[in-house]
Amino acid sequence: MVRLEKRPQASQAFSWAAPVLAVLATMVFGGLLFAALGKDPLASIATIFWEPLFGDFAFYYRPQLLIKGAPLVLIAIGLSLGFKAGIWNIGAEGQYIMGAIFGAGVGLAFYPTESVLIFPLMVLAGALGGWIWAMIPAVLKVKFGTNEILVSLMLVYVAEQFLASMALGLLKNPEGFGFPGSRNLQQYPSAHNAELITGSGMHWGVVAALIAVIFAYVLLARHRLGFAIRVTGEAPRAAKFSGVNPVRLVLFCMGMSGLLAGLAGMFEVAGPAGQITIDFNVGYGFTAIIVAFLGRLHPIGILLAGGLMALTYIGGDIAQSQLGLPAAAIQVFQGMLLFFLLAFDLFTNYRLRFGRAEVA
Amino acid sequence: MDLSAINPVLFVAGFLVAATPLIFAALGELVVEKSGVLNLGVEGMMIMGAICGFATAVETGSPMLGFAAAAAGGALLSLLFAFLTQITLANQVASGLALTLFGLGFSALLGQSYVGIKPPRLAEVNFGPLHDIPVLGPVLFSHDIMLYLGIAMVIAVWVMLKFTRAGLILRAVGESHDAAHALGYKVVRIRTLAIMFGGACAGLGGAYISLIRVPQWTEGMTAGVGWIALALVVFASWKPWRLLLGAYLFGGITQLQLNLQGAGVAIPVEYLAMSPYIITILVLVVLSADKSSAPASLGRTFHASS
Repeated sequence: MVRLEKRPQASQAFSWAAPVLAVLATMVFGGLLFAALGKDPLASIATIFWEPLFGDFAFYYRPQLLIKGAPLVLIAIGLSLGFKAGIWNIGAEGQYIMGAIFGAGVGLAFYPTESVLIFPLMVLAGALGGWIWAMIPAVLKVKFGTNEILVSLMLVYVAEQFLASMALGLLKNPEGFGFPGSRNLQQYPSAHNAELITGSGMHWGVVAALIAVIFAYVLLARHRLGFAIRVTGEAPRAAKFSGVNPVRLVLFCMGMSGLLAGLAGMFEVAGPAGQITIDFNVGYGFTAIIVAFLGRLHPIGILLAGGLMALTYIGGDIAQSQLGLPAAAIQVFQGMLLFFLLAFDLFTNYRLRFGRAEVA
Repeated sequence: MDLSAINPVLFVAGFLVAATPLIFAALGELVVEKSGVLNLGVEGMMIMGAICGFATAVETGSPMLGFAAAAAGGALLSLLFAFLTQITLANQVASGLALTLFGLGFSALLGQSYVGIKPPRLAEVNFGPLHDIPVLGPVLFSHDIMLYLGIAMVIAVWVMLKFTRAGLILRAVGESHDAAHALGYKVVRIRTLAIMFGGACAGLGGAYISLIRVPQWTEGMTAGVGWIALALVVFASWKPWRLLLGAYLFGGITQLQLNLQGAGVAIPVEYLAMSPYIITILVLVVLSADKSSAPASLGRTFHASS
């Protein structure tokens, strides 16, 4: 007989081992999937995890790691605060879109004026856009008890439609020969989120992501609000007795995650993406959910998980062009990762006992 | 703008069709939630059903086989959720999200070679002379068998939950899994069966979109219907009849905005397309005050030791 026994305390060691095991299991099963698709499994896995870092063209791919990782880390840090407290903002994709629209909108409003003030204004606008979009489910939850999961998700679809309307209407490039999409912000120096060191991939979004990691770490480890977040997630009743204000907590966690997602969208549209287009968003808001869990909702963990997930994006692109691996296969690969993580997490809180149960 | 372009008879017939995927998916989720499990993976199971049904119907030429495969595909994916939440005791919210992310990716992978193909058509049920009644005929008696099956299943679930022993046990498990366990009911087994039923229903709903409503295959084609179905269960306060009403309401809104797009209303297409999602939010706000009817154990993890 094998049975599960609850550990008296969650295992710290296993809490960190679970993501590693999940990655290994995903490599094995991902390899099987690639083999089923008629690709060499070892070559595919090597292409995804080795090529971007140490391959022949690593000098080109390594900066991409920062570019793809920054939005993931930025969004996941925000999400992790809420997830820790049992507040589920899963509409980060929508907040990311709104941040991009607000940021780009402010930048384009000043076109073609050149000023050092424009970029900081865009940053503020991007943060505001994401924050407002996240405040809708937050306020509805606080005022009416509406389920924030469903509302924040519905707002993703609303934001996507809004994005389409902006790309085809208000923000459309007047000199774009009728093509949908805004002016390219990369060609507008005051609004361009350019690389800080040429060829490094380091832009302001990467800086913001690193600041967010430090901020979240200090908040959770040292600040009273961080304590409130942790205690609410682990023991809601104890939180109530210790005087945690749940309303303020919901507003803070949702607002913060929206703000960071909005920033991520703004940095993306002003930098690597360059313009508002109908399908400008590529699902970072959803992948960030995986990043947050894979990083154990811990700031340092999220930083590492963000890097790993960025690697699968870049490696996936390479595997797509070199081995003809379908783009969807990478999406499956990322989904699998979350599955294995959730499954292995069992052993953080429980342990296996062999032999017959004793009568207590 | 030309509102006279909207034919009321076709409109009503159309919204019955638009509501059917919602009925299937929401009904399945209702049973799952009645057993005390919150499965947020409806969207993922629907899209899996959509591609499994589509591929099978195209390969075999039989839409009915397609629906059977869709139900199987949805149930199979839901087993993954059951494994995570019932065996490895994972968080239900996270597991549901994982199911949706995985389902969207996996369906895209399976569906690569099916883009741009027309599926075989499912014939209308032959009602004989009833079909020729003016107005009522085209509205009520000119649909495929799956639409009627959806309504029949609402009735069946209602009867099951309200009048049978199985329904009572299911509700007991959802209200208090500890009490049900103490009475000797197999909580994990009952919940796993409920989750699989939910998966099969979501699969049918997805296939109804890809085989009848649209009918073709595109990536991510369920476009949030699974999430609206989740909202619908709250709207219905876990009652099958109110679920039917809600599904027709949402089906009506969807159909109306499509018709308004066609009629060339002065509102831009994008804002019309937003409307079902915004109305879902509004409905949730109005109805969320009443939480009393939610199953008491909803979303809580069960382990026999604790």
